[in-house]
Amino acid sequence: MLELNAQTIGFFIFSALMVGGGLGVVTSRNLIHGALYLILSLFGGAGLFVLLSAPFLAAVQILVYIGAIAILIIFAVMLTRSMTRMGEVFNTQWWLSALVAIAVFALLVVGVIMPVFGGLDMSTVSAEVGTTMELGIALVDGNQFVLPFEVASLLLTAAMIGAIVIARDRD
Amino acid sequence: MNECRDLINTLAACLSTSGWDPGLAQFVQILLGVVLVTLAPLIIVIFLIWVERKFAARIQDRIGPNRVGPWGLLQTIADALKLITKEDITPAGADRVVFNLAPIVSVVSVILIWAVIPLSPIHIGVDLEIGALYFIAVGSIGTLAIMMAGWSSNNKYALLGAFRVVAQLVSYEIPFVFAILVPVMLAGSMGMQDIVDAQRGMWFAVLSPIAAAIFFLSAQAETGRAPFDLIEAESELVAGYNIEYSGMKFGLFFAGEFVHVLTNALLLVALFFGGWVGPFVDQLPILGFVYMFGKAALFYLFSLLLRNTLPRVRIDQMMNFNWKFLVPLSVINVAVVAFLLQVVRALGLAPASGMENDLIANLPQAAVLLAGNLVIIAVVLQLLRNAGRRDRSAEAVVVSKEDEMLPAQAAH
Repeated sequence: MLELNAQTIGFFIFSALMVGGGLGVVTSRNLIHGALYLILSLFGGAGLFVLLSAPFLAAVQILVYIGAIAILIIFAVMLTRSMTRMGEVFNTQWWLSALVAIAVFALLVVGVIMPVFGGLDMSTVSAEVGTTMELGIALVDGNQFVLPFEVASLLLTAAMIGAIVIARDRD
Repeated sequence: MNECRDLINTLAACLSTSGWDPGLAQFVQILLGVVLVTLAPLIIVIFLIWVERKFAARIQDRIGPNRVGPWGLLQTIADALKLITKEDITPAGADRVVFNLAPIVSVVSVILIWAVIPLSPIHIGVDLEIGALYFIAVGSIGTLAIMMAGWSSNNKYALLGAFRVVAQLVSYEIPFVFAILVPVMLAGSMGMQDIVDAQRGMWFAVLSPIAAAIFFLSAQAETGRAPFDLIEAESELVAGYNIEYSGMKFGLFFAGEFVHVLTNALLLVALFFGGWVGPFVDQLPILGFVYMFGKAALFYLFSLLLRNTLPRVRIDQMMNFNWKFLVPLSVINVAVVAFLLQVVRALGLAPASGMENDLIANLPQAAVLLAGNLVIIAVVLQLLRNAGRRDRSAEAVVVSKEDEMLPAQAAH
């Protein structure tokens, strides 16, 4: 069922970027390297969006995530005392994170991979490819996603105001 | 051999007729296209550096490069050879991989933009559905390259320079994006060819001169050119983020900057000044290159003129100019243009379908939108005038108070 064409090769390259970048994020001791690995991983994600015929999401992924990571790196520089190697483990609850990660992975396996490869009806995935215009209309159409869209914007505005309040001088 | 007439776009079809495997022919065509689009800016930049040096020299009453080749044309090639053969130095304590990656990422982020620049009605790297969003997205990678360079150099001036860059580029990206929103709205598409095509009747710069001006100004800041060259303010930061770079790695940062200035001029022409649109361009698509690069050259020279004649602004002035002037203005401009566009459509002033390419049919819509922009300009000028008057009268009060004091008091 797996035929080797340009799309499959692209999928494997981008998946390798994503998984490899993700591994780099959690294993590197250097915060800056971690952020750079995160970029690699997100870039792989953007590539997967392109393969899924969602160029808009790919561009937004690069613009919003990779463009903003430069700022994240600045925070990393400011927060680390020695910028080269971090020896200490700050988080004493790492086993909890590991547990959550394993649980999420198991859920994904059960929820996504099993239905696709477990002999379920493949036709549930629509072959129709939505255009960017349809996506735009869906976000502002009263019958579709206007409410979640507006709620998300409100949430982001609240978060931004919160950040400004925290960052402001008390005078 | 009809397929072989326009080779750039139909090379695959041409090769297939001469017996090639269609898949292979397709691959060769795409590969050659990628190489062509990538190499073009890198070759053009050799001459851009010459133009810039000559231009700056004339402004400063010098002659500029004049020894190597006719009019010094080959000076840049000699410089590039020198840069390539210089010793490749990586400072001690630098992060080797990131340090060497940064100049490459910097150039790539600019060259990737060329993929969506429409050079003629049929010549474009890829006519992406999301062209305008694409070049904003890949442009934002340039910020990252500078941050990587500044951090990995293990030098405090480089790091300070990089901090400034991120503050500057991230801030100026906001008016930049809002300015691009206007042509996207007017054309009803994010595809670059659609945007140029929609300007056959009327240039978008006429419909919204404010957006064009904001685009030009914030593009000037995005490239880190004077008066916004705080990125490499020599008097404060020695050289900024690229202080530790030497040889061709340093050269790559500069090649990237020069290409970026030309790229922004091309984008400005494509988004606001009609791109390749001009007489006989449909019969002879190659004319599109002439129109496109001719107009872009004008803006390129204007950008050089600004760079060579204006003093550098202070960092607080630059931030104030962006956040208190450009950002509010660009947001208001987008809102006004969107509102007037709907008004025009509701009143039936928009050019009728089939008449979009006619200049006369476009006049009512252009008049309404231009009037909207002129009102904004008038209000802004009045506000600036009031603010300036307030500042001056505040200064006058301070001065008159100083006059009342005794000289000994005033000294404290």
